[in-house]
Amino acid sequence: MTNSFEIDGITVPFSNGQTIMDAALTAGIYIPHLCHNPEFKPHGSCRLCTVLINGRSVAACTTPAGEGIVVENETHELVTQRRLLLKLLFVEGNHTCPGCEKSGACQLQAVAYHCGMLAPEFVHFYPKRSIDASHPDTIIDFNRCILCELCVRASRDSDKKAVFNISGRGIQAHLTIDSPSGKLADSAFNSSDKAARVCPVGAILPKHKGYNIPIGQRLYDQAPISQVGDVAKHQEVADE
Amino acid sequence: MSSPIKVATASLAGCFGCHMSLLDIDERLIDLVGHIQFDRSPLTDIKKVGPCDLGLIEGGVCNAENVEILKAFRRQCKILVAVGACAINGGVPAMRNQYSLAECLEEAYLHGTGIDNPQIPNDPELPLLLNQVHPIHEVVWIDYFLPGCPPSADTIFTFLDELLSGRPIQFAYQQIHYD
Repeated sequence: MTNSFEIDGITVPFSNGQTIMDAALTAGIYIPHLCHNPEFKPHGSCRLCTVLINGRSVAACTTPAGEGIVVENETHELVTQRRLLLKLLFVEGNHTCPGCEKSGACQLQAVAYHCGMLAPEFVHFYPKRSIDASHPDTIIDFNRCILCELCVRASRDSDKKAVFNISGRGIQAHLTIDSPSGKLADSAFNSSDKAARVCPVGAILPKHKGYNIPIGQRLYDQAPISQVGDVAKHQEVADE
Repeated sequence: MSSPIKVATASLAGCFGCHMSLLDIDERLIDLVGHIQFDRSPLTDIKKVGPCDLGLIEGGVCNAENVEILKAFRRQCKILVAVGACAINGGVPAMRNQYSLAECLEEAYLHGTGIDNPQIPNDPELPLLLNQVHPIHEVVWIDYFLPGCPPSADTIFTFLDELLSGRPIQFAYQQIHYD
């Protein structure tokens, strides 16, 4: 007899130690997320995976699954809330999709499509941020960073390098690179690192292959993220 | 179908790509002809916008003239729609927001490559540039947003078709994209 709980009326089996997100991913039920990647310790910061258990808001990626709990996921209220969060993410950075190499394979876009966002609608911040093109193989565009900390976790836990970190608080929070000059070229980063392949947006990009796959033929151009899953998973497959 | 609806269109800080996409609906234009009458639009060359049912705005707001046109559209149009990435978030023109206006003008007219007789244009007929490029919803209330660079002809047709027939406006997955 396996343990089970319910997401939007669907019975989902789980094993001990699994989070709601783990069990949902295994069962093929999509809960929107940006900072979660099953290969790394959950971070619970983007809040897009917020679901309701008995009317209480919890992050699906950090909350353990429990026998018989009833989880609400794709409700009108939660989708509206997620759309709001996404709009805030869009106006907080500089997300010029038509000029971004990641467009079409960007998880921020894909989740926003899933949640039915037509436009950010808030006042745009247009923060002044830089680009680090110092490294021969990889470019960092800070304009697009959403502070998901996936590169931080990958570099620290997988690559054992801790090249990336988040500094500052609140609206001042920003991605930093651990090197004497603060530039990627002077860090221990290598383009074969795990950290090079986990960015859900166009903040960490490989150089020289931006348009190998034409716009229109990219991961999320034809099928929604709820069907094809996270971009990081596909990047792994493409690299092998 | 009852009497045709009046439609006005304008391109502000845009590239006319969204207008090209409107024309890209090809032979379906013939279906629309009986239902739509154009008021002010680059397609008619009428200069002043009159009372309209629908206004389609391409491009963001980058100068004083853009602001005037946009406010006139809002006064005259029952439904005002932001068409395309630039109207929605400033788009590529808004990439100049990373620099001061002086830096932009100096780069373009004084220090750029291949410039003959360097001077910043100051003819009184030229609309004054704003310090930053803005999405149109930061200036007036917008009723609907059609994303894309440009929104595909299919997206624009679906929108017009559903609006004319009074159905709820819904798009297929492939019809909504931000690039």
